[in-house]
Amino acid sequence: MRNPQLNAAGALTHLLTLEGLPAEIIVRVLDTAVPFVSIAERDVKKVPLLRGRSVFNLFFENSTRTRTTFEIAAKRLSADVINLNIGVSSTSKGETLLDTVDNLVAMNADMFVVRHAQSGAPHLIAAHLDRTGRTHVHVVNAGDGRHAHPTQGLLDLFTIRHYKHDFRNLTVAIVGDVLHSRVARSLIHGLTTLGTPEVRVIGPKTLLPTAVQSLGVQVHHDMREGIKGCDVIVMLRLQSERMRGALLPSTGEYFKHYGLTGEKLALARRDAIVMHPGPMNRGVEIDSAVADGERSVILPQVTFGIAVRMAVLSILAGN
Amino acid sequence: MRRRRTTLVAMPDAEQALAALADRMRGAIDFDARFVGIYSGGAWIAERLARMIDGDHPVGYIDVSFYRDDFSRKGLKPEVKRSTLPFDVEGATIVLIDDVLYTGRSVRAAINELFDYGRPARVELAVLVDRGGRELPIEATYTGVRLAVARDHSVVLSRAADGTLALATEAARA
Repeated sequence: MRNPQLNAAGALTHLLTLEGLPAEIIVRVLDTAVPFVSIAERDVKKVPLLRGRSVFNLFFENSTRTRTTFEIAAKRLSADVINLNIGVSSTSKGETLLDTVDNLVAMNADMFVVRHAQSGAPHLIAAHLDRTGRTHVHVVNAGDGRHAHPTQGLLDLFTIRHYKHDFRNLTVAIVGDVLHSRVARSLIHGLTTLGTPEVRVIGPKTLLPTAVQSLGVQVHHDMREGIKGCDVIVMLRLQSERMRGALLPSTGEYFKHYGLTGEKLALARRDAIVMHPGPMNRGVEIDSAVADGERSVILPQVTFGIAVRMAVLSILAGN
Repeated sequence: MRRRRTTLVAMPDAEQALAALADRMRGAIDFDARFVGIYSGGAWIAERLARMIDGDHPVGYIDVSFYRDDFSRKGLKPEVKRSTLPFDVEGATIVLIDDVLYTGRSVRAAINELFDYGRPARVELAVLVDRGGRELPIEATYTGVRLAVARDHSVVLSRAADGTLALATEAARA
């Protein structure tokens, strides 16, 4: 069966997940993002690549940051951007997801950026468009349920490559709420595909998926032990809003064991970088002094995220 | 995939064409004209010209991929380079430099990109080879050599490890 993200020629036509995406396609996105970073430094922060194209942001779940960065990325490519906050419109009147999509295609949408609480929703839209012969319309997954968040994974990879240059000698630790994190899943797939020799996940048993080892990672429950010798530390947000039942005694207790403090950071390599996909819970998973410290690359991640999304949108639109 | 390199018309010597181009520019260009090479052939030529011509000629580079008019048909090429202009474009005299002037579409794209950095006082164009076949009203200010080449062939500039430039023709991409 063909990878649903690739067209008949093997080129990327939808971005749904990093799982199973060939390394050369991931590297191409990262390479293409490099020249887009410098566009933000010019007088005119815009190129005419997607002039006349319409990008629809379909957000069935709230997200200010991801929606905004996609919007900026599309606008810097000169596309027209239409934001639909679906949660409060048609679906509440009973329209199905695919009917909504068909209506927007009838309004000449060229691209959908989809955020949905249900895993697989972007995939469903992409398959529907392909099945009905509308292969010129592209879908980007902007986060679906617990499944994937491929552009966040790509911007994390871009950030790591920017500071560490090569994946093939790195030790990367992903710390915290891996269970609820599509960010972690996407990053693990990307790191593995690009040949990272050691990826560790660190967290309490209740916040790690049961078969997490099957992703090719080492599991640590003791953060001090897990963080030793790491080049890159990715802190995850504690997603209290997704938690059902008592997974944790308290956020204070969590911080004591799994919060990144200067003292724990000292156990990693001296040149280790600290990342966080945002939004941060200061004093829950990360200490303010570390978040604002010199090893933190959390704000560059946001800047790179726009360039990476520009690369994704322009590669898809050209295929 | 390696494309067949054939020489249907006798190709002029690239180094001689470069010397001829430098001769035409000497004395004619502003002493502080900024050189902007269009990747990749134009970038090589811009670097060489900056060393061959007296004056203060800082070199910048442009990759026109984000400004091309054939994006809808061809998509984005695989290796887009980063445009870098290490000087102020506003009010400057700019010499755009390319290896081969053909349809004029790359030059149009380069001019458009240049203006997103600022408003230059003047823009000139220097090319190693003018092969005719224009599809836009664009002409070079300085030309190394003029050539007639069949439409189904491209003129390709290559650079050896020691920096020597060479011209060849090859069957054009579809």
